[in-house]
Amino acid sequence: MNNGHSNEWAVEARGLVKTFGSNRAVDGVDLNVRAGAIYGVLGPNGAGKTTTISMLATLLRPDAGEARIFGHDVVKESHIVRQLIGVTGQYASVDESLSATENLIIFSRLLGLSRSEARRKAADLLEEFGLTEAAKRPLKQFSGGMRRRLDLAASLIAQPPLIFLDEPTTGLDPRTRSQMWDTIRRLVVTGSTVLLTTQYLDEADQLADRIAVIDRGHVVAEGTVDELKASVGTSALHLRVHHTQDIADAREIVEQVLDVRSSITAEAGKVTAPMANADQVTDLLIALRTRGIKLAEISVQKPTLDEVFLTITGNDATENVTQSSEQANRMEEARV
Amino acid sequence: MKSTSLGREFDRSLKNHAGFGQALRNSLTMAYRGLLKIRRTPEQLFDVTLQPILFTLMFTYLFGGAISGNVESYLPIIIPGILVQTVIGTSIVTGVQLREDMDKGVFDRFKSLPIARIAPLAGALLADTVRYTIATVLTFVMGYIMGYHPAGGLGFVAIAALLVIACSWAVSWIFAFFGVIARTASSVQGISMIVLFPLTFLSNAFVPVETMPNWLQWFVNINPISHLVSAVRELTNSGMIGFEFIISLVSAAVIVAVFAPLTVRAYMRRT
Repeated sequence: MNNGHSNEWAVEARGLVKTFGSNRAVDGVDLNVRAGAIYGVLGPNGAGKTTTISMLATLLRPDAGEARIFGHDVVKESHIVRQLIGVTGQYASVDESLSATENLIIFSRLLGLSRSEARRKAADLLEEFGLTEAAKRPLKQFSGGMRRRLDLAASLIAQPPLIFLDEPTTGLDPRTRSQMWDTIRRLVVTGSTVLLTTQYLDEADQLADRIAVIDRGHVVAEGTVDELKASVGTSALHLRVHHTQDIADAREIVEQVLDVRSSITAEAGKVTAPMANADQVTDLLIALRTRGIKLAEISVQKPTLDEVFLTITGNDATENVTQSSEQANRMEEARV
Repeated sequence: MKSTSLGREFDRSLKNHAGFGQALRNSLTMAYRGLLKIRRTPEQLFDVTLQPILFTLMFTYLFGGAISGNVESYLPIIIPGILVQTVIGTSIVTGVQLREDMDKGVFDRFKSLPIARIAPLAGALLADTVRYTIATVLTFVMGYIMGYHPAGGLGFVAIAALLVIACSWAVSWIFAFFGVIARTASSVQGISMIVLFPLTFLSNAFVPVETMPNWLQWFVNINPISHLVSAVRELTNSGMIGFEFIISLVSAAVIVAVFAPLTVRAYMRRT
């Protein structure tokens, strides 16, 4: 690596602010993305993810703060920054009225490729993204997944070292979604840095090396997936009693023995409690046996990113989170 | 994914500005995109094909007798007038279509590419000269069918055609500016009509200036549209490149010099 961006940081942002009217969409965001990593920006709708990406990708001018891409300032050296990035928007940024080949040829020509190079590049990319058969069809007939793939292909023409993906799988069916994930993972193998936004926790969990959780324009947490999970603390113990009428007793015993607060799901006969010390579970099981409460199921669960998210962002974001995780769950079901 | 990425950093030379050559190349590529779009949706060309035929027939037979005594002697006056009115009027559509186009996601990508900032606009405007050419040719053909034989000869008719197309391209920057700042495509149409109607009708395009009240003559005589119409008349009817020709070109250059930077700035500021 040379040319002055031998920088280990692909993205360095300090105190980015963007205000729309009275709404501070982004309110002092700091981000550091190491070159060669997949970095996830996670947050509910309207948290400021897209606005942040737009500022980093030179599409929007920050009202305050500064950002550098491989050491180049996004405002003062925007033309250089544009040579180092590829952007795939939330809504496919390709030309609806043209065919896939024509789209890629035009973008290639704009990036300075010759006519024959552009044609070859377009064919290569279409092949790579499994779009060759649809190459000549107008985009109006493309499915959402095909459109996203074409969009991503268009971002890769210049082989940019940094790729922004704004909610790359929102609205895709589960199959296309996991194909997209594979594609994103392959990008990093070839040496690119990927900064992606998502509202799906499992997506961040699956792909990202590090995550920034963003809520109402602020970064509320940052770290590796494991660090974030650990920050929520202990694993959770789930007990399901055989006879639902035992549930109140079971809860009492759990709280006595483990000395913690627990929660119950009455209809399922389930007690959930944080488990700080695995050793105490032995005492708990003995206590339950002594009282004659029969267990149907026992399990230990590590904290999920959902819980991390809930803990960090508080109650207001809850609706969004449950919605998106429900959506994700539905997708999981659909996949089976 | 192929591993063509090895050494990708090495042959990348970084510049912070797009030069003139790049601006031109990028604009031509964007114009190519515009042409592809016209080819995909030929129904866009309805206005530039039907309007010259309809207007030429309508105005010639409507005003011919009243203004020049008969249709034959009105043709050298009306054909240049109709030509300018129709082709300049067509440039409104450029602004409207630009607005529609900019609302699409693809413009976000254009903004994120290391291309000359003016290219997406200049290219779209350049592609639309195809529309002006169609309207120009059809107006002359209609005139010819109706008995118009320009005394200047075919060569000067061609120069007149190029002049009108160039001036319409210049004027389309005004409507492109409206297109960039307006919120909806229909409001672009609205504002543009209000600007264009007085300009084209309060000119010497249809009626001799001497028949108008003094205060109106004053406006008509400074109206650049009048100068363009006069320039076309000089070219087609007497084969002369005169003062009016120069005024028209200078006006066109002034319009581009003012509105192109304004439009590009507004385009860059829009999110």
